Amino acid sequence: MVGSFGPIVIAIAIATAFGLLPLFLSGLIIPKMPDRVKNAPYECGVETIGPTSIQFHTRYYLYALLFVIFDVEAVFLFPWAVAYRHLGLFALTEVVIFIGLLLVGYVYAWRKGALQWV
Amino acid sequence: MPSSCFLPAFICDPFAYVGGGLHGALGSNLAEPLPTLILSVAAVAMLTTIIAVVVMSQVWTERRVVAMMQGRIGPNRVGPSGILQPVADAVKLLMKEDIVPFGADRAIFLIAPLIVLVPSLAVWSLVPWGPGLGVADIDVGILLVLGLGAFTTLGILMAGWASSNKYALLGGMRVAAQLISYEIPLVLSAMVPVLWAGTMSLQGIVEAQRGIWNIAILPVGPVAFLLFLTAGIAEVNRSPFDLAEAESEIIAGFHTEYSGMRFALFFLAEYANSFAVGAIASVLFLGGWLGPILPPYVWMFVKAYGVFLILIWVRSTLPRLRYDQLMQFAWKVALPISLATLVITAALVSLTQGSVA
Repeated sequence: MVGSFGPIVIAIAIATAFGLLPLFLSGLIIPKMPDRVKNAPYECGVETIGPTSIQFHTRYYLYALLFVIFDVEAVFLFPWAVAYRHLGLFALTEVVIFIGLLLVGYVYAWRKGALQWV
Repeated sequence: MPSSCFLPAFICDPFAYVGGGLHGALGSNLAEPLPTLILSVAAVAMLTTIIAVVVMSQVWTERRVVAMMQGRIGPNRVGPSGILQPVADAVKLLMKEDIVPFGADRAIFLIAPLIVLVPSLAVWSLVPWGPGLGVADIDVGILLVLGLGAFTTLGILMAGWASSNKYALLGGMRVAAQLISYEIPLVLSAMVPVLWAGTMSLQGIVEAQRGIWNIAILPVGPVAFLLFLTAGIAEVNRSPFDLAEAESEIIAGFHTEYSGMRFALFFLAEYANSFAVGAIASVLFLGGWLGPILPPYVWMFVKAYGVFLILIWVRSTLPRLRYDQLMQFAWKVALPISLATLVITAALVSLTQGSVA
C-alpha cells in the first residue's frame, strides 16, 4: 500500500464506503411499498409505448470517432508537453507537423459535415 | 513551513502539526508501514468529510446567491438565514423510498450513482492544499484528475440506459456526446500549464507559478483559462450546458427515475465535481495555494470557492443552449482555439525560456 499511488487506492475505497454507508442506513428506515403505478417509468404520466432500449442515432458515432482521434492526440501530447524544454526547437517543429496532419483530417471532417448536428 | 506565514505554526499548517504529532505517537508503538497507513486513511476520511460539508455549504450558497440575483429571498426558514436547509434536505432524502422502476436493468441502475460519486470524491486526494500538503502527490497528477473526471460519463450513461425511461436514455445519450466533446478542449487547455511548468504534478505546476500566475501569461493564459472554465462547466453539466437534465425538455434527464438516497448521491457528486473544477482551475491557472499572509490551504479554498461563485454567476446569467449550438461550439470553436493556444504556448516557451538541453 505504500508508494505514491497507495493514498489514491485508499481514497477510492473510502469514497466507496462513503457512498455505501448512507445507502445502507437509509435502507434500514425507508418504506418499501412497490406499486404497479408508482414503479412504472415516469414519462409525464403518459403510459410508455414501445421498447426503451432503442438504438443510438448515427450522429453520436461520428462524434465518438472524432473524439477517439483527438483524445489519442492528447495522450501523445502530454509526454511531449512535459519533455518540451529538453527537446528544444525540434519538438516545436514536430508538433506543428503532427497537429497539421490532424488539422487536415479535421478540415475534411468539417467539409464532409461530420461536425454538423443534424 | 511556508515562509510567507506570520501566524503561529498551529494555524499556518495544522495538518502537518497534528499529523506529525500523531505520526510520532503511533510510530513509538507500531512498526513503520502501519502509522503511515493509518494516517493516510485518517487523512482521506477527514478530507471526504470536509468535502461533504463543503457540498452542503455550496448548495446553500448557490440557492441564496441565485435567489439574490433573481430578486427572490431563497431558503430562509431552517436555521439562521436558512443555513440548515441542506441538512434538512439530506435528512428528507435519507428517509425517502428507493424506487426501482419496472423493466429497469436492476444491477446497473443500483450501481450507477456510485460510479459517479466515487471518482468525484477520490479526485480530492490529488488536490494540493499547500507545500507538501495533500493526500497524494504523483508525477502524472493532472492526467489522473482528468481520467477520474471522465468516469462521470460512464456512470451517467449507465444511469440513463438502465432506467428504462426514454427521457432518461435521451439524457444519458446527450451527456455522453457532450462530455466526450468537451473533454478535448478541457484536456488541451489543461496542457498549457503543463507545457509552461514542464511537469504534470499538481504541486510542480503550483510551484512553477511563484513568479507569475498562468492566467497572467499573455496572450495565452486568459484564453486557456476561459476555455478550461467553459469546458469544465460543460463537464459537470451545469447551466448553460445542462442539456442532460434540461427540465423543460426531458423532465430531469438521466436521474428522472432516481429517488431518495441514490438521487442524493448524484447531487453530492455534481457539487463535489463543481468544486473540483474550481480547485483544479485554481491550481492550473490561479496559482493554487500561493498567496500572501494567509496560510496556503486558506488561499486554495478561497480560490476554489471563488471559481465556484463564478459558476453560480454564469448559471443565473445565461440561458440554456440548444443542443446543436452546444456541439457546434465544442467542435468548431473550442477545439481550434485550444489547439492554436497550445502551439502558441509552445512557441512562447521556446522564445522566453529557451531550451535546457
